[in-house]
Amino acid sequence: MQINGAQMVIEALIAEGVDTVFGYPGGAIMNVYDEIYKQKDFKHILTRHEQAAVHAAEGYAKVSGKVGVAMITSGPGFTNAVTGLADAYMDSIPLVVISGQVPMSLIGTDAFQEIDAVGISRSCTKHNYLVTKAQDLPRVLKEAFHIAATGRPGPVHVDIPKDVTAEIAEFDYSIVLDLETYKPHVKGNPRQIKKVMEAIANAKRPLFYLGGGIINANAAYEVRDLVQKTGIPAVETFMARGVLSCDDQLLIGMLGMHGSYASNMAMSETDLVIGLGVRFDDRVTGKLSEFAKNASVIHVDIDPASISKLVNADYPIVGDVKNVVNEMLELIAGIESQKYKVWRETVQNFAKLHPLTYHEDTERLKPQWVIQRVGELLGDSANISTDVGQHQMWTGQFYPFTRPRQFISSGGLGTMGFGFPAAIGVKAATPEKISINFTGDGSILMNVQELMTAVGNKLPVINIILNNNYLGMVRQWQTLFYDKRHSETDLSVQPDFVKLAEAFGGIGYRVKTKEEFDSALKDAVEKNVVAFIEVIVHRMENVMPMVPAGGSLFNMMLLEKKGEK
Amino acid sequence: MSDNNERRVVSVIVVNEASVLSRITDLFSGRGYNITSLSVAPIPESKYSRLTIVTSGSVRVIEQITKQLHKLIPVLRVYEHADLVEKEMAIVKFPASENIADISTLCAVYNGKIVNVGENVIIVMVSDEPKRVDNFLKIIKRYNPKEIVRSGAVALER
Ligand SMILES: Cc1cc2nc3c(=O)[nH]c(=O)nc-3n(C[C@H](O)[C@H](O)[C@H](O)COP(=O)(O)OP(=O)(O)OC[C@H]3O[C@@H](n4cnc5c(N)ncnc54)[C@H](O)[C@@H]3O)c2cc1C
Ligand SMILES: Cc1ncc(C[n+]2csc(CCOP(=O)(O)OP(=O)(O)O)c2C)c(N)n1
Ligand SMILES: [Mg+2]
Repeated sequence: MQINGAQMVIEALIAEGVDTVFGYPGGAIMNVYDEIYKQKDFKHILTRHEQAAVHAAEGYAKVSGKVGVAMITSGPGFTNAVTGLADAYMDSIPLVVISGQVPMSLIGTDAFQEIDAVGISRSCTKHNYLVTKAQDLPRVLKEAFHIAATGRPGPVHVDIPKDVTAEIAEFDYSIVLDLETYKPHVKGNPRQIKKVMEAIANAKRPLFYLGGGIINANAAYEVRDLVQKTGIPAVETFMARGVLSCDDQLLIGMLGMHGSYASNMAMSETDLVIGLGVRFDDRVTGKLSEFAKNASVIHVDIDPASISKLVNADYPIVGDVKNVVNEMLELIAGIESQKYKVWRETVQNFAKLHPLTYHEDTERLKPQWVIQRVGELLGDSANISTDVGQHQMWTGQFYPFTRPRQFISSGGLGTMGFGFPAAIGVKAATPEKISINFTGDGSILMNVQELMTAVGNKLPVINIILNNNYLGMVRQWQTLFYDKRHSETDLSVQPDFVKLAEAFGGIGYRVKTKEEFDSALKDAVEKNVVAFIEVIVHRMENVMPMVPAGGSLFNMMLLEKKGEK
Repeated sequence: MSDNNERRVVSVIVVNEASVLSRITDLFSGRGYNITSLSVAPIPESKYSRLTIVTSGSVRVIEQITKQLHKLIPVLRVYEHADLVEKEMAIVKFPASENIADISTLCAVYNGKIVNVGENVIIVMVSDEPKRVDNFLKIIKRYNPKEIVRSGAVALER
């Protein structure tokens, strides 16, 4: 079939089964937008900022497991999208981001809206392409989708000069890809898996350390099975919330800088770390030399570069965690759950000593209460996105997650402004679920224009703004480590969030009490419209426990006992 | 974690395509690592090229870079050499007034020879292990070299 480059983009998206594209048009990508206008196979959602288009595609991808697609123009359109690319890269989210570029003949001439897009995206994408002739487009787009979704997933950027979108060439999407240099290793070494099972059988205090890779691999239910059958306690990273259900007796909680006391102590006491799809992030390990000091380390990861990067793996397994866990389940016979009984009790005692909790306050709502309350009221019926800050950590700690892909948050890059557009993408992918975004009074303003996208496309996201009149997370560090010098973190000057929501055609609530909160949430869910629920919360609340940056996991600052000050 | 700065030679086989070189050098520059020398040439009758990179840095970081190199989509293979044959070439220009016989003898010791004698200059080439090339360049200082160019190392596993 002889068609032009712009038509090829459309045909490729259709062939890949794309149903939603998030984007923002401009000069260099106009030929493609002209073809979007003419087709009915997929929906295009116009965000109000290119960064938001990419975050929405991320939310869509994370909740659905499909590749998210965003489309943008050259120059400022592209540079606006870079934060989204970097975010997806850090959190291993499969995306294809297509940008327009100035025509080939103008590249390198400082043309209008020209920027070396592939030069910029090289370090924040899994792979990128500058397409120089239309005849390459079918192969490039097919490779882009393949590379984004396979192995360790990630964003792929395709930059297409305007003249290439007009050029006519042969389109054949049935081509077989010849990627001799890209062959992700998905099957774990069987001998090594056997050794791992022996090590588990011989361990006294083994501990599952579960990560976001399990969600990527769609392996949560296999992992649940493995945990159940072995009777070995488990900790989750922030990115792994929902792998185990919150009511799983063997789930100790989240570990790391803001992990629970029991989780961090378990990691410090274990003699065998069973790491599945984790990357030993510094927010998780604390001081490396003291991390799981007395333990051997099993590490299953699809990315060889992730293994022994920070913590030496005694049992490295390169492979897809779903395959590996299935193989492990085959060899489960040698493991006696009974053997770990004392260890399970030890861990339970840690949890009894310092449970993850907070103190209620008579004057103002506590943010943790709000999150728990949403969990009680909506539970499994909601997908939960967050922005970045204290509210994000409290969501990780207190929301009762029951399933994988329920929790969407920017972990690796920690991008304020991620939450709202991500929740829009989530709603677009899973309209049957309520889409909640827990956000802060700082973060929400970083992509507040997306109210228009949500209202315009009837994507009723409920934003719960935990308003502490602070850049709370930074304020917390200033309080604790900078002698209370709250430099530039006071957000006393604020918009009227209720009116702000209303100005865009949404609905706004300002609540100060539990009763008000319950009725606002109920009302927003019933009305099924885009909402801001601004909750006035305690200003000086800190996220606890906390391992100070660079400190050892077992040296946590803990919640003060009631009455202590 | 050892932080000893060791000289390392890494060979990388890559698909011949635009931007592949910057993908590779980015991994070094992004960590503030210097590439001491780099040589690239196509592998005959294939779609691949072979790069030889000489660098120095902590063993751990170089290992990480090697893994990341392997992760790049257009990279076919990465060799981090331990036991290797390494050669480098240097071309040097001397004023014609210098003692041509002495220079010629020296070159011979370093697998080299005079390649051009002009009205004003003598041009020689040597090819030897990089360390020996260093040596050669030190010794010939007394003959007032006007210009020196080195090729960067190429290497093969033994
Ligand atoms: C303010 C703030 C505070 C934070 N505090 C904490 C904290 O206290 N605790 C915490 O845990 N995090 C915290 N984080 C998040 C943290 O920065 C990291 O994002 C997170 O710890 C990484 O989680 P992970 O190890 O599960 O890796 P991910 O980023 O989810 O990476 C997944 C790993 O799995 C591998 N993988 C991918 N697909 C597969 C597959 N199919 N098979 C096998 N392997 C696969 C990948 O190669 C990678 O190594 C915080 C973030 C912010 C912004
Ligand atoms: C784009 C961006 N800029 C700056 C930061 C640094 N930062 C991390 S948390 C935070 C405060 C967030 O404030 P808010 O959204 O009100 O959340 P809170 O911590 O108060 O719950 C800041 C400024 C960031 N993560 N992202
Ligand atoms: Mg705040």
